Amino acid sequence: MSEIKLRRLDEYRWEIPREGAMRVPGIIYASDKLMKVMGKDESPKQVANVAQLPGIVKHSLAMPDMHWGYGFPIGGVAAFDINGGIVSPGGVGYDINCGCRLVVTNLRREEIRPQMAKIVNALFQHVPSGVGSRGALKLSRSEEKRVLVEGARWAVKNGYGSQGDLESMEDGGCLPGADPEAVSERALERGKDQVGTLGSGNHFLEVEIVEEIFDRDVASALGIEVGQVAVLIHSGSRGFGHQVCDDYLAKLVKHVDKIGINLPDRQLACAYIQSTEGQQYLSAMACAANYAWANRQMLMHWTGEALEKALGMGPRELGMRLVYDVCHNIAKIEEHIVDGKKMTLCVHRKGATRAFPPGHPALPQKFRKTGQPVLIPGDMGTGSYVLVGTEKAMEKTFGSTCHGAGRVLSRAAAIKASKGRSIHREMENRGVLVMSAAKGTLAEEIPEAYKNIDEVVNVVHGAGLSRKVAKLRAVGCIKG
Amino acid sequence: MKPYTTFDHTADLGLAITGASEEVLFANAAFAVFDIITDLGRVEPRETRRVLVEGDSREDLFINFLREILYLYNGERWLLKELRVITIDEKALEAEARGEPFDGQKHEICKEIKAVTYHQAQVRKTPDGWAARVIFDV
Repeated sequence: MSEIKLRRLDEYRWEIPREGAMRVPGIIYASDKLMKVMGKDESPKQVANVAQLPGIVKHSLAMPDMHWGYGFPIGGVAAFDINGGIVSPGGVGYDINCGCRLVVTNLRREEIRPQMAKIVNALFQHVPSGVGSRGALKLSRSEEKRVLVEGARWAVKNGYGSQGDLESMEDGGCLPGADPEAVSERALERGKDQVGTLGSGNHFLEVEIVEEIFDRDVASALGIEVGQVAVLIHSGSRGFGHQVCDDYLAKLVKHVDKIGINLPDRQLACAYIQSTEGQQYLSAMACAANYAWANRQMLMHWTGEALEKALGMGPRELGMRLVYDVCHNIAKIEEHIVDGKKMTLCVHRKGATRAFPPGHPALPQKFRKTGQPVLIPGDMGTGSYVLVGTEKAMEKTFGSTCHGAGRVLSRAAAIKASKGRSIHREMENRGVLVMSAAKGTLAEEIPEAYKNIDEVVNVVHGAGLSRKVAKLRAVGCIKG
Repeated sequence: MKPYTTFDHTADLGLAITGASEEVLFANAAFAVFDIITDLGRVEPRETRRVLVEGDSREDLFINFLREILYLYNGERWLLKELRVITIDEKALEAEARGEPFDGQKHEICKEIKAVTYHQAQVRKTPDGWAARVIFDV
């Protein structure tokens, strides 16, 4: 990271001053402790690289969970003027609309404690997970295209969950403008039997207990209380999204040469938002975003079934309710006030979460008072946080906040560190029952491979980018 | 000794591959990908597939080649055992891959490699032959 200069602005912000081909400065949100870790990899340089892209507005931003990606840093936020600005598939990432959803139940900690093995086992059996997992469903091409256009609505129409769930998802679980014609045959092929599957890598399904409430009023409005059993689902658009990203990267790498955009890294390949190529990508990206919402909706449905089966209760008794569903790999067309002027921007959040404040017109009535819920998963030993969006996030970060703990150890280093250890046993000692399809995944995802989630969340809370509402502790985990 | 090593990238997987010639480099890269995805000892070269790839430069050709190789498994559920390059120049490649369809009873998937990235990708001639570096999304 040698050539990148960092200037401290205040307790939580560091600036990369504008230099060379940078069009705007970079701003990294971090504490002293986190900055020491971040400074070691190439992510600050990636923040500076993103600052070189045409049409970028104000700052190239990074959240406190930032780490080295390819092209964009993971934890990066960048907004581009829809007139003259670009959209970049690499700024969204391969797993388009990778995201989280949190559901709460009527169950209490005491009730499930003796049943944990049964619960985790039922979830593992009932929810398709693991490397290359395929679902219980194989979609015809025409049905798959309906998924791409309708997103979570398709799932609800087909008996997975209820109409009321749609209100508790970003964009109602369906991004407009999805056009299956913008998607390749290869993407459709990869997507045909993966809807309703968790996948592998860092994706998981976690049984959690609400441990601490920071904001009683908001928690109560969201239906969250101490001791309650909840489930957090982390998954995305599976092979479908990867193929969409890959197809458009290949296309746009050629395209940037043609239109003469000079890139510091080819992985930043992009197109002007208003160009045919840019619009096509956005239409294809919306298809993948919708695929992911349908996916998480089905995963939630099967989670409910698994819990009912394990505990021998009906849906009413279980009382599963969706709190919210966020996406943290996405580009969205949004209105923002920039230097007092209203602008329409394409906001890229790559490993970052939207955090709209109370009163924002994009929020459904039920969240107008609380602000948009933000879900931040930690590593598998820790649990997760519920926060809400703020006005300050609108002012400072285009309504964005962090998305997770963020890796500190590479996968290889994590495997090395876990040699000779029983990760299952260690997790059990911490009170977390883990089942995973592949042994390797567990080693790669050991808790010390990630930054401390408390530290990350305290930065976004302290900097005012979102407000802490509740903390949940993991007690069971299904890994792919 | 394996014709490749892995290197660290925080979120993902880096591969450094070598080969005595360009043909061997590409063949070794295909081997490396499937050596990571599966236990190649259990894969038999029962079927042949033709691989045709184009690119604007050597790096571009290499990335596009890895894209095709990855699609064999990610898209077609087919496991590659070995690959032979028939013709190659800076902008095009023709190769023959041998392997078989994935069979859950017979094969094991050790790791998913989801995509190949352009980030810091490199193909170069060295005093001993050819070398390449590439980062995958896993």
